[in-house]
Amino acid sequence: MNEALYARRKRLNALMFALTAVCAAVASGTLLAILGYIAWKGASSLSWDFLLHLPKPVGEKGGGIANSIVGSAKVVGLAGVMGVPVGVLAGVYLAEYGRGKFAFAVRYAADVMNGVPSIVVGLFAYALIVHPMKKFSALSGAVALAFIMIPIVLRNTEEFLRLVPGTIREAALALGVPRWKVTLMVILPTAGRGILTGALLALARVAGETAPLIFTAFGNRFADNGWLNPIATLPHTIYTYAISPYEDWHNQAWAAALILMAFVLLVNVTARVWLRPSSGTSH
Amino acid sequence: MNAAVADRVRKVPGSRERAGDRLFRLIITAFAGIILFAAAALAWQLTRESLGTWKAFGASFLWTSTWDPVNDVFGALPFLYGTAVSSILALLIAVPLGVGAAVFLTELAPKNVAEGLMFAIELLAAVPSVILGLMGIFILVPAMRWAGAPYGVGMLTAGLILALMILPYITTITREVLLTVPRPLKEAMYALGATRWEVVRGVSLPFARSGIIGAVFLSLGRALGETMAVTMVIGNTPRIDFNVLQPGYSMAAVIANELAEAASDAHLSALVAIGLALMGVTVVVNGAARLMIYRLGKRA
Repeated sequence: MNEALYARRKRLNALMFALTAVCAAVASGTLLAILGYIAWKGASSLSWDFLLHLPKPVGEKGGGIANSIVGSAKVVGLAGVMGVPVGVLAGVYLAEYGRGKFAFAVRYAADVMNGVPSIVVGLFAYALIVHPMKKFSALSGAVALAFIMIPIVLRNTEEFLRLVPGTIREAALALGVPRWKVTLMVILPTAGRGILTGALLALARVAGETAPLIFTAFGNRFADNGWLNPIATLPHTIYTYAISPYEDWHNQAWAAALILMAFVLLVNVTARVWLRPSSGTSH
Repeated sequence: MNAAVADRVRKVPGSRERAGDRLFRLIITAFAGIILFAAAALAWQLTRESLGTWKAFGASFLWTSTWDPVNDVFGALPFLYGTAVSSILALLIAVPLGVGAAVFLTELAPKNVAEGLMFAIELLAAVPSVILGLMGIFILVPAMRWAGAPYGVGMLTAGLILALMILPYITTITREVLLTVPRPLKEAMYALGATRWEVVRGVSLPFARSGIIGAVFLSLGRALGETMAVTMVIGNTPRIDFNVLQPGYSMAAVIANELAEAASDAHLSALVAIGLALMGVTVVVNGAARLMIYRLGKRA
């Protein structure tokens, strides 16, 4: 055996795996670095006052982001009310009835929707609602976010419904239960945990979306008044504060980022823990 | 299969669809129809709102580079260029990193370590892009300036942030594909005396190739349309410069920056036209990704 060649192959092996280890360390370490830095920068500007007060007039120091938190809750909440039922029921259709050309078209449309950049979805909501009404509004922002949520919820629902064993379906049908009752009262609850978690994850995802809100919800420095007026949202406030020239606003952007990140993290970790024990698939 | 069982039940002689079942089927079919309607409405609205631009400039809108909202002259080339260059830079950085990480996580790391690291990588995909943009402005931009980029903001800065955003997709998909490599193939090569790396190079990676290409296309689709993080660090300067350290602009960024203050209907129409072009490109790229992954599914 050629000893020199053997040694060289072993060295190459060690070198390549050291390199892949570095790749893995970079990929997973980035998250920790980001979380650590946000926690460090954000915590110094975080206080109850910051959470519970409105922004001060431009140029004055201090003030809070209460309106952005409420605004995000409203816009994301309304998006959920519009997007989740459509996503879930269309998912039920695809899983339980979805065959033939119509179902193929729906699946294809959902795939396309899923791939459309969020800024383009914002353009759509702008053309659909803001332009005709000549006014930025919470409603238009929520429509944009709902559009983004629908394909995510739909795909997730379909996947979890497909995990429900066919025997459960057959047992219920064999007892003479009408099909709609089987679907609504047997199959949906069986997959309920997965579907609910998916909806939560979709909410967390759109809660961080900024691009579709820039020219729909638009932002507002005052307490919001209703669905048809411009409204402040957390990610959009982070954006405007980050690109502003004021030091004080930069600090507030970090604190707001900490709040947003904490929410997103909480939902993701909860979903992870929640899905682990019984239904064995994690996505 | 589910649908098949129910269909067969319905076809049993003498059984008819009950009124309640029919109503339910109609209702959820209608909900599925909303999806079709929404996708069609999106395409229609964008086409309608951008018609003015296509009429005024034709396809040359896409390869001229004057962007002058004051005089209503619009050419989108600098934005197309910026989007393409920043996305390609992102791929160049993220693909080797992601594939390397996936190899480590499947071939070397103990199972529970791999799962922990995978969770961290998947969570990276959940970080809102505006937060990555914030990190970009206050950490990456000064770092780039220190490293010699004249303004700190620029194409490469945007590419770096984009790379972080697509890294989770590449790693996750590559790992999933690597996990499907048949054991006997690998064992055969080990039996011939190959080292672990030689098995990865000789068997695993070639086997996973079409899946990795699918992941690359999927990531490209994400990178092309990414808005916030890019807008915050690319420099927002509409010009074509072959030096990647110089500032540029991207399609998504120009829409984000200018739409809310669009000066005229022509300006608005030009921005929507960019949006339509962006959507067209991402639909094609995502279609290619699906095709690759679908082929993989058929082979497995």
